[in-house]
Amino acid sequence: MEAQRIEAMIKAAIPDADVRAVDMQGTGDHFDVVVVSAAFAGRSLVQQHRLVYGALGDSMRQAIHALALRTLTPEQFQQELVTDIGAAD
Amino acid sequence: MADDIFQKIQSQIQKDRIVLYMKGTPSMPQCGFSQQSTRALQAVGAEFASYNVLEDPLLREGIKQFSNWPTIPQLYIDGEFVGGCDILVSLYENGELEKMIQAGPSA
Repeated sequence: MEAQRIEAMIKAAIPDADVRAVDMQGTGDHFDVVVVSAAFAGRSLVQQHRLVYGALGDSMRQAIHALALRTLTPEQFQQELVTDIGAAD
Repeated sequence: MADDIFQKIQSQIQKDRIVLYMKGTPSMPQCGFSQQSTRALQAVGAEFASYNVLEDPLLREGIKQFSNWPTIPQLYIDGEFVGGCDILVSLYENGELEKMIQAGPSA
């Protein structure tokens, strides 16, 4: 399993998504995945995660257990950037 | 056969406001995700019922089908599926979990 494959599958199903999958431990069996997409707006976290799980499909059923998933709208992502960087107004 | 476990789950999520399906118990979680989830709930002072899927293979499979969600742990609040560990941690970090715990049954 590779981070690039995970990213590609998610992007195929959610075309406007920015996806980053990182193998934090270098073991190929645990990935931190962040998905930013306007398609998440107005949806509950469960619905957002289902969209991502749906993108991975049956072939990657095992992969689901290997993911630590975060989903964000573009606005939420921008907000986090501002917070993290501590940008002054 | 599937109906029996679905009915059992249905009554479990109606019997208590907050229900966590997990591996192990709150005092002895058997997986890191279940442990994180119980910690988040405890941190916001939630009183919750928990069911150990490791003790009940029918429940372990049944809850995944019932929720249409592939992983455990799973949190239900007021009879509604809220999410797994990732979602729970996100809700805890953004303050939403505490609000959901405090809110009464949905108006």
